[in-house]
Amino acid sequence: MATKAFQKIYTKISKITKATCTLKAEGIGNEELAEIDGRLAQVVKIIGDEVTLQVFGGTEGIPTNAEVVFLGKAPTLKVSDQLAGRFFDAFGKPIDGGPEVEGEEREIGGPSVNPVRRKQPSELIATGIAGIDLNNTLVSGQKIPFFADPDQPFNQVMAMVALRAKADKIILGGMGLTNDDYLYFKNVFDNAGALDRIISFVNTTENPPVERLLVPDMALTAAEYFAVEKNESVLVLLTDMTLFADALSIVSNRMDQIPSKDSMPGSLYSDLAKIYEKAVQFPDGGSITIIAVTTLSGGDITHAIPDNTGYITEGQLFLRRDTDIGKVIVDPFRSLSRLKQLVIGEKTREDHPQVMNTAVRLFADAANAKTKLENGFDLTDYDERTLAYAKEYSNKLLAIDVNIGTDEMLDTGWDLFAKYFSKEEVGIKQVLVDKYWKN
Amino acid sequence: MLTKGIVKGIISNLVIVEVDGPVSQNEIAYIKLPETKLMSEVIKVIGKNTYIQVFESTRGVKVGDPVEFMGYMLEVSLGPGILSRNYDGLQNDLDKMEGVFLKRGDYTSALDDEKLWDFKPLAKAGDTVVAADWLGEVDENGQPHKIMVPFVFEGVYTVKSVVEKGQYKINDEVAVLTNSDGDNVSVTMVQRWPVKQPIKAYRDKPRPFKLLETGVRTIDTINPIVEGGTGFIPGPFGTGKTVLQHAISKQAEADIVVIAACGERANEVVEIFTEFPELEDPHTGRKLMERTIIIANTSNMPVAAREASVYTAMTLAEYYRSMGLKVLMMADSTSRWAQALREMSNRLEELPGQDAFPMDLSAIIANFYARAGFVYLNNGQTGSVTFIGTVSPAGGNLKEPVTESTKKVARCFYALQQSRADSKRYPAINPIDSYSKYLEYPEYAEYISKRIDPDWIDLVNEVKTVLLRGQEVSEQINILGDDGVPVEYHVRFWKSEVIDFVILQQDAFDKIDMLTPIERQDYMLRKVMDICHSDFKFENFTEVDTYFKRIINNLKQMNYSEFESEKFKKYEEELVSILKERTAA
Repeated sequence: MATKAFQKIYTKISKITKATCTLKAEGIGNEELAEIDGRLAQVVKIIGDEVTLQVFGGTEGIPTNAEVVFLGKAPTLKVSDQLAGRFFDAFGKPIDGGPEVEGEEREIGGPSVNPVRRKQPSELIATGIAGIDLNNTLVSGQKIPFFADPDQPFNQVMAMVALRAKADKIILGGMGLTNDDYLYFKNVFDNAGALDRIISFVNTTENPPVERLLVPDMALTAAEYFAVEKNESVLVLLTDMTLFADALSIVSNRMDQIPSKDSMPGSLYSDLAKIYEKAVQFPDGGSITIIAVTTLSGGDITHAIPDNTGYITEGQLFLRRDTDIGKVIVDPFRSLSRLKQLVIGEKTREDHPQVMNTAVRLFADAANAKTKLENGFDLTDYDERTLAYAKEYSNKLLAIDVNIGTDEMLDTGWDLFAKYFSKEEVGIKQVLVDKYWKN
Repeated sequence: MLTKGIVKGIISNLVIVEVDGPVSQNEIAYIKLPETKLMSEVIKVIGKNTYIQVFESTRGVKVGDPVEFMGYMLEVSLGPGILSRNYDGLQNDLDKMEGVFLKRGDYTSALDDEKLWDFKPLAKAGDTVVAADWLGEVDENGQPHKIMVPFVFEGVYTVKSVVEKGQYKINDEVAVLTNSDGDNVSVTMVQRWPVKQPIKAYRDKPRPFKLLETGVRTIDTINPIVEGGTGFIPGPFGTGKTVLQHAISKQAEADIVVIAACGERANEVVEIFTEFPELEDPHTGRKLMERTIIIANTSNMPVAAREASVYTAMTLAEYYRSMGLKVLMMADSTSRWAQALREMSNRLEELPGQDAFPMDLSAIIANFYARAGFVYLNNGQTGSVTFIGTVSPAGGNLKEPVTESTKKVARCFYALQQSRADSKRYPAINPIDSYSKYLEYPEYAEYISKRIDPDWIDLVNEVKTVLLRGQEVSEQINILGDDGVPVEYHVRFWKSEVIDFVILQQDAFDKIDMLTPIERQDYMLRKVMDICHSDFKFENFTEVDTYFKRIINNLKQMNYSEFESEKFKKYEEELVSILKERTAA
């Protein structure tokens, strides 16, 4: 960026840590951007004439006489329709070889929506995956993460969900993506012919970790443009939020803040909420839906990152390998979509809630039967049937490779009920049984 | 002459200001920016440096920006027109704000200055009055909203004049009072009060004793809360905290409900905005929204205002209590409030306590809970603020500072349990770990023996024993297997299951089951306990299973039917014949 005449240049840095620089400067605004030898940095603390900057690219090799130029503004993104189909880095600079985007310059991390102006979410998002559509239905304006161990195929499932959801725009915010995963996303979107609907902000593992802190705000600023100005339905994919939180803890650590649980900053909840709460249904039809990934270590959901996330998001999706069928399934017990009540049986067929609950309850009976078996107790005839049912239910409905419409999922449910159980054992409301039971 | 200052330092939303005059702790200050001004509060003073927490984003604030100190603490406006409003944490009316997004520095007035109210005088010239005495009343959504002697008035006053019955705006003079020095002071329908100070304009605060019906059986019957009582609901995410809280705020037999949505999901508040104007108050038939005040500081709204929001809500609750009303205040969640305290304490570089929370966390929580209570007003009437807060313990671990500090002060403890939620046993309140201290109050025992029956508390304690024994037996069956224990053990287990399914579990989404009046709770509890007292004959454990499932199904159908309706009686008769099958004649 060319230096402008009125910009002051400072060349005396008094303190350097791994992520921050401190120098004497005057007339500087809080959260203002600066360039230190060409690297972007942001003001995080001012005491008198001492200004502390967080350097996104890391401070390796920065000399005490580096040139510091203050830019007089907070981080911004130029928004316009030209964003569609493009790939950017964490600063919003093109990385696909294309030209700079022209448009209105907006500060990222803008204000929140007034709660009284929000609309209650009510539009169903169909993904074809029964583990989601049938048991944990997604709704536009919702925010929901995948809780998954790093070895699970969450990025694949997310790409699949993104392509099948009928969103006007899909915005990918990649934080600490491996280069392979980044190329995977690019290929999948390209092959699907969906590139013109996709906008990506990517920080790969090759980039400095602190840069990641900008990615969600960049992605959501673009999302707000399309959802508010164009009334479009926008789906934002954020992967991996655990790496985002790790970057937060790095910065707070360098600033000598006292860590709270699991070495995370005390403000973790607010920091995450600020991002996730951007999910909204606007009154004029536009919406922002956020699907995120939070990787777990050894499935531990009590760690500060998944724990705080769970309190913020509207449910969570768990992936698990079902060893009985050798496929990855959406775990029906630990997954939850808090907003599904707003659409199931209303926007979908009337029998949806009952079929969903009954199928899961019978699956739970199978789990009990399995425990009994493992503990060496005898199985009853009912136990045997639940086990056979569980296998087929898992294969035909829970597996992530399923791609069918909601009505077909419900019909499959009724098929399985009739195949393995009597009407009394299923215990569904009589009117529905009369209408849907398969003889 | 107001004190002025200039900005000397900025650390996130903590700003250091050099001042030119006196400032007081918790005084309100505004930072002036070219395009707007930002509200803040003094939280620490060291020499010339005053530390203020800003209730908004400090983006763009510079060293040298001017600051103006206002000479008063964070206050709310109290007067008719508060009911059914949606405020933010600083009592700005959210509906009056323009645009979809919240704008920094957009402060809107809490009350409507132009609306005309039908005023009816209650005091007359010559009366001697003190702070909080009633001068007149207006009708606010069907509630008699009392116009009181402002709480800040000290000493005794004589009423010089009160306006006649008629229509007035809130800022019109409605009375003139004379103080002991003979000076006249004018009184309007609005007064202001600093939120961090409790309103203590009452004669006496006895131990609370009157049952506050919530219609939720596992609360009213098993662990009751009382008018002016305190309770808290800790639970990991996904255990139904919000559904339970919404159920209580919809059904509780209160005149006024204040909901502080403190640092939680915005869509949950939207649910209240959407539903409450449609739903009916089960006690008056008016719309629920008419008795409700919402203080919304959702998780993405400024953190410092989150701390203020619970105090704002409590002050409004105390105001309505002074009118002799039954107020219920709910805060979801007090953990987010504690986190806001932690963030600030961290920036102030205070030495941290456990989990980096401030050292005085438990004192702050205790002081807050102490503001609830049942009171006798100066005129002998009663009023109450019942407070129920939720706690979101990190990782579901109840040994964390917020839960532990709250446990010391709240008298009712409703522990939401993950395993109950997983098995869809809602509300997921664990009946054995939870408690209500009020069950031990002789005042409550006396009240409830008149209201229901002298044997009530013994009956409730017996229920708890049956549940406990049921749990013990269930653990044994898990270890030894179904046929490893006597049949009698299975019967004991299933008796506790009857209580669980019929009394504890309740369908918050079923029109009839969601709300159970105490008389009906009494009836069903006795029905269930009769079953627990009966001797049944069984050959083997598989019979026990099927038989009790039938009993439970029958009793559940009764729960789903209108009380004492034809349908209800039909199921009741069926139950009698089922019981006859196996009880010793």
